[in-house]
Amino acid sequence: MLNNRWELNKNLAQMLKGGVIMDVTTPEQAKIAEAAGACAVMALERIPADIRAAGGVSRMSDPKMIKGIQQAVSIPVMAKCRIGHFAEAQILQAIEIDYIDESEVLSPADDKYHIDKTAFEVPFVCGAKDLGEALRRIAEGAAMIRTKGEPGTGDVVQAVRHMRMMQAEIRRLGSMAEDELFEAAKQLQVPCELVQYVHENKKLPVVNFAAGGVATPADAALMMQLGAEGVFVGSGIFKSGNPEKRAAAIVKAVTNFTDAKMLAELSEDLGEAMVGINEQEINLLMAQRGQ
Amino acid sequence: MRLGVLALQGAFIEHEQALQRLGVDFTEIRQLADLEHEYTNKNCKLDGLIIPGGESTVQGKLLHDLELFQPIQELIQHGMPVFGTCAGLLLLAEKISNDERCHLATMHITAMRNAYGRQLGSFFTEAEFKGLGKIPMTFIRAPYITEVASDVEVLAEVNGKIVAARQGKQLVTAFHPELHNDQHYNDAVHAYFLQMINE
Repeated sequence: MLNNRWELNKNLAQMLKGGVIMDVTTPEQAKIAEAAGACAVMALERIPADIRAAGGVSRMSDPKMIKGIQQAVSIPVMAKCRIGHFAEAQILQAIEIDYIDESEVLSPADDKYHIDKTAFEVPFVCGAKDLGEALRRIAEGAAMIRTKGEPGTGDVVQAVRHMRMMQAEIRRLGSMAEDELFEAAKQLQVPCELVQYVHENKKLPVVNFAAGGVATPADAALMMQLGAEGVFVGSGIFKSGNPEKRAAAIVKAVTNFTDAKMLAELSEDLGEAMVGINEQEINLLMAQRGQ
Repeated sequence: MRLGVLALQGAFIEHEQALQRLGVDFTEIRQLADLEHEYTNKNCKLDGLIIPGGESTVQGKLLHDLELFQPIQELIQHGMPVFGTCAGLLLLAEKISNDERCHLATMHITAMRNAYGRQLGSFFTEAEFKGLGKIPMTFIRAPYITEVASDVEVLAEVNGKIVAARQGKQLVTAFHPELHNDQHYNDAVHAYFLQMINE
């Protein structure tokens, strides 16, 4: 076996499983997230809810700001680059980021091509709405997948839709006859070997987290019960009344996601949740960015 | 034989798969009730505990929040065999050289967190493990051991750094044996732990 970066990068995602990755905008928030039990933080200048409110073009964060967060915490630090913006990704790799999120939350830089992630040493996580999208990103070199959901809304409906879609398609592939897999690969627009893998293992070849709209311990438990291996919480924590308490409660909810009694206790007295926007009320569907 | 697998966060499923391959019964410990379930007449019936890789800060915090810290620490102090990988090593270390926190602190070793740097420093190698020959070792944002007390036996070194050690019934590796399931390897380190339990 060689020193296979993709293998090592997939392995890091395995270590994040059962954990919560939190969006943070300052070293102070990063410390709060780490103390609350985040297994990694996503460093960004503005959380998705504020990006949505501000409008305009949204880009990679200032490397200085990201470095400040890297110095503040000992857990892995992730950062976002625009879809297709491989120069932003090169910059993030140069500051030794632990994971790059090629993210639909930022304005896409390329409306056709995603980054060739096989050309990088650092790992990438990418969003997906369904199995085809997930496998296309993996074929491009992503070492971790997350559902897109609808970032910055506090509305979990789209994360649920994407996770259910992915799981249903995995079940469908799993029950196919061998000779049907070629046609499935064609329909999904993905390499045959990846379809073969899903057929045999009944799961994605990389870790799959839930993201986009998770705001409460119950939301996190819902996503875990639907098959997520961990959750990203973006705006849900630092847009709420009591970030410390809510963050810690979501961490515990992910560990004990089937224990309704504990979830009930965790859901008590969390203060105000982020206000949120319903799916019907938003003009910009970030999940539609990148196919 | 029945083992507990600490399942608070991290790569615990990979350890469970290794135990399945070796035909060993196990249970997940996610909260105090899971541990209490394994007691009869104040005696814990578990034959050992595995602490998986993941984030030591997360697992350390959850051990306290879920009231598992004290009972697990006492079980280990009273001789329950324990096997910690990566974050598990950090949870068992008496001292962490670059972190003021320490956790269960039952093993007389000093460890360094993220000793190889960030993810770009993660690597795979093959190296000698005492009694097992050359085995595959995957290091992910891994620690290594900087100091050991006289009652600690060093089991493996990579580039002059201690990456596996044993003290009585406690076994730690800085690498992840649970990530390898190829036929030549045959879960050798897990089998070593099972043998330790039986000694």
